[in-house]
Amino acid sequence: MTKLIIILLSAVFINNYVLSRFLGICPFLGVSKKLDSATGMSLAVIFVMLIATAVTYPIQYFLLTPNNLGYLQTIVFILVIAALVQLVEIVLKRYIPSLHQSLGVYLPLITTNCAVLGVTILNIDEGYTFLEAMVNSLGSGLGFFLAMVMFSGVRSKIEGADIPESFKGLPVTLIAASITSLSFLGFGGVIENMFAA
Amino acid sequence: MNEILIAVIPVVIIGVLCAAVLVIASKVMAVKEDERFPAVRDCLPGANCGACGFAGCDGYAKALCENPDTPANLCIPGADSVAKQLGEVLGVEVGEVVEQVAVVHCSGDCQHTKDKVVYSGIETCAAAKMLYGGKGSCTYGCLGLGDCAAACPQNAIFVKDGVAQVYTCDCIGCGICVKTCPNHLISLVPDTKKVIVACSNRDKGAVTRKVCSAGCIGCKKCERVCPDGAIKVVDNVAVIDYEKCSGCGTCAENCTTKCIKVEDLSVKRQ
Repeated sequence: MTKLIIILLSAVFINNYVLSRFLGICPFLGVSKKLDSATGMSLAVIFVMLIATAVTYPIQYFLLTPNNLGYLQTIVFILVIAALVQLVEIVLKRYIPSLHQSLGVYLPLITTNCAVLGVTILNIDEGYTFLEAMVNSLGSGLGFFLAMVMFSGVRSKIEGADIPESFKGLPVTLIAASITSLSFLGFGGVIENMFAA
Repeated sequence: MNEILIAVIPVVIIGVLCAAVLVIASKVMAVKEDERFPAVRDCLPGANCGACGFAGCDGYAKALCENPDTPANLCIPGADSVAKQLGEVLGVEVGEVVEQVAVVHCSGDCQHTKDKVVYSGIETCAAAKMLYGGKGSCTYGCLGLGDCAAACPQNAIFVKDGVAQVYTCDCIGCGICVKTCPNHLISLVPDTKKVIVACSNRDKGAVTRKVCSAGCIGCKKCERVCPDGAIKVVDNVAVIDYEKCSGCGTCAENCTTKCIKVEDLSVKRQ
């Protein structure tokens, strides 16, 4: 149990996918302008990370590893995740139109998002059990959510600030992102020590 | 050779499986879209101005398809021709569209009024308005920083000599500027009308006169000369009742400060 909590918290804070591992930067910079779209995007990412892990984990251990096909991991995972997200979109559209309306536009955006692919591959690399892998995916999604929501707040502040002409737009956004990322360095070692005592 | 095959075959199988599942899913779970929707959407101009009261042209088209009670004459930019097309596609009777254009009720340009302060804050009317009602000596008048011009989807508004002006020929009557102006200076007027009051100052005549030489002083001369009884001075500013106004222009001829103007609002760019 302790291990699960450690995995969850370190996925959210220490190994934050956006701010520490620099995966999923594209949606991080693209969709974080407004709080509501940032929230929608992150919820979709959490959702997709969970189902992607649930599907790719068995593929790795029942198909790839027994046949010595580990080197096909990346391409098979991309293929499966892309198809899966499309399927989920179709199902959502049919049965839960309201959820499709709020998540719909973001789902195709994350079909081959590197954060999603990163979670599934790192789950295998770390040698997690299925449960641990799912918890790690949940934590990674929550971490993405945290980064998006925090950064949309930062960006709305930047919008109203008086910035030198040459820094307006993307440059100042990137600087802000780097400072936000630096602040997450402060979490290093906190979680392990919390449970070590 | 063998190793390549071993690698290729599983990926192909997975790919084909995924494709089959997706094809079946998209067939089984297809959501029926109203077949009239694309036709209805094609009729609309696609300006996404929101003048109809729905979220863009897609929203209006959806409402038209789903709810037969939605009036088909709400598209103001598209006017009669679009309403007629919509009526044909949907098979309903359509009322006439009253085409409207935006009119700025202020003529306080730099020849007529003066600034009371030098403003160097955020360059939007909304911000300037919050600081003692703007830089101009008339707190009712145009702030001249062009919030309306920035909001106009047709680029039909520009600021000239410190007052917003509307290119009537480009105006589609969407009313976005009406909502944007912090001083509520812009209103929509049916384009068949010709007379407008170019002042919104509600102060007493003497006060108005001090801050702007083009302001309405509420002398009520227009009220007396109007043959249709269409003008009333309300809160020290003349207001035209366009239901009654015949556009004769008598008021404009007699206006003391020339703040009532005759303009041809029906010019449209072809």
